[in-house]
Amino acid sequence: MHRLSKITAWVTALFCCSLQVGAAELSIAVAANFAVPMQKIAQAFEQETGHKAILSFGSTGSFYAQIRHGAPFQILLAADDETPIKIEKEGLGVAGSRFSYAMGKLVLWSKQPGLVDDKGEILRTGKFERIAIANPKLSPYGTAAMEALTTLGLVQEIRPKIVQGENIAQTYQFVATENAQLGFVALSQVLTEGKIAQGSGWIVPAKLHPPIQQDAILLVRGTDNPAAMSFMRFLRSDRARLLTRSYGYE
Amino acid sequence: MNFPLNKDAWDAICLTLELAACTTVILLVLATPLAWWLAQTQSKWRAPISALATLPLVLPPSVLGFYLLVAMGPHGPLGQLTQALGWGVLSFTFTGLLIGSVIFSLPFAVQPMQNAFEAIGKRPMEVAFTLGAGPIDAFFSVALPLARPGLLTAAILSFSHTVGEFGVVLMIGGNIPDKTRVVSTQIYGHVEAMEYAQAHWLAAGMLVFSFSVLLALSLLRKRIGQVLP
Repeated sequence: MHRLSKITAWVTALFCCSLQVGAAELSIAVAANFAVPMQKIAQAFEQETGHKAILSFGSTGSFYAQIRHGAPFQILLAADDETPIKIEKEGLGVAGSRFSYAMGKLVLWSKQPGLVDDKGEILRTGKFERIAIANPKLSPYGTAAMEALTTLGLVQEIRPKIVQGENIAQTYQFVATENAQLGFVALSQVLTEGKIAQGSGWIVPAKLHPPIQQDAILLVRGTDNPAAMSFMRFLRSDRARLLTRSYGYE
Repeated sequence: MNFPLNKDAWDAICLTLELAACTTVILLVLATPLAWWLAQTQSKWRAPISALATLPLVLPPSVLGFYLLVAMGPHGPLGQLTQALGWGVLSFTFTGLLIGSVIFSLPFAVQPMQNAFEAIGKRPMEVAFTLGAGPIDAFFSVALPLARPGLLTAAILSFSHTVGEFGVVLMIGGNIPDKTRVVSTQIYGHVEAMEYAQAHWLAAGMLVFSFSVLLALSLLRKRIGQVLP
């Protein structure tokens, strides 16, 4: 009787251990604009597979620099497609693992209701003191914003009023605290339940700027990591795509 | 050969030096009476006010910067005050940066001066009073000259600390050329964009400059630190 309970105890312990061994952790670098949807996706991923995703948010440009210098990320979700292409070319990413996980949408947003009309005319009237844009050197949303202004022929007029955020998250911060009356942010940052809940915004038509194609890539540190490969599959699944779409991406 | 420091770099350097100089001057004016009061007073307010004056030392600069951003915004207390005074919103301006620097470097000005004033002790002031000097006269002719090394230390520390200021500027600067683009954020920007050559030159330039200034001031301190009869 005594021996049986000992064996049972051992088997139970081993069973619990094996459950733990199955669940791994992986670290993912995520472009700042995708922060909110990514948290939901990571939750869903953990529910389904038991693997825990540790997320770091920042600008695509700085992640690229960090990855080149050995940062311990296994996957990168960039805000553009050029950075993952560079990473693949330089041998920092697993060849063939790159795919597009979202198409970003740019929105000219203000915390003040009624400031931004639905045609973006506010840019021409210029009735504002400061407009926030993400640093185009580091953020594809910043590049897209500058491209949109160039297409509209408004760069010279607007340039003196520009304040640059280090990444799209800081850009949003400037507008949300109203230190800048309006700014070019990611649609996902201002969308709640499919609508721009606060303030006023103009979704910048896609034809005014090159598409913000956001690509994900498995980095060399993620090779042979079952959790990492499982996540790349999950990101392509219907469940993940549905979540992504609900946040204003395509 | 390409001149390594381009116009952007020089603009950033000039702005940084301007910011550091203005901050130092303002701090010397503001911190001296505060340090004197803290050194002399017996009031029960001494401990809390001393703690408040030392707080910026302990707060992470990015936290300080973020709350300054919120406070200076149109709905924050500072922002509403400046708007009422007709100065507009101060974030992303040189003035806003100056206010941030003064708060950030305050402990570096107050502490050395307070220590210097305390080191004087009560005797010299008492003697001055017995010789018929009023309190203001005694302060300027007795206390201040005796505390000169402390004043110089305060000036050196405030200046250098402001030159190195990064977190606060990153939060409330907005990276505007000629107004808020200082050397520390400029170097950071170069590194982030992988423009390492520019980053190296700018950093080296500032290193050489700062070292020279501090060396010169250190040597000067030895000379004017001696109490003159």
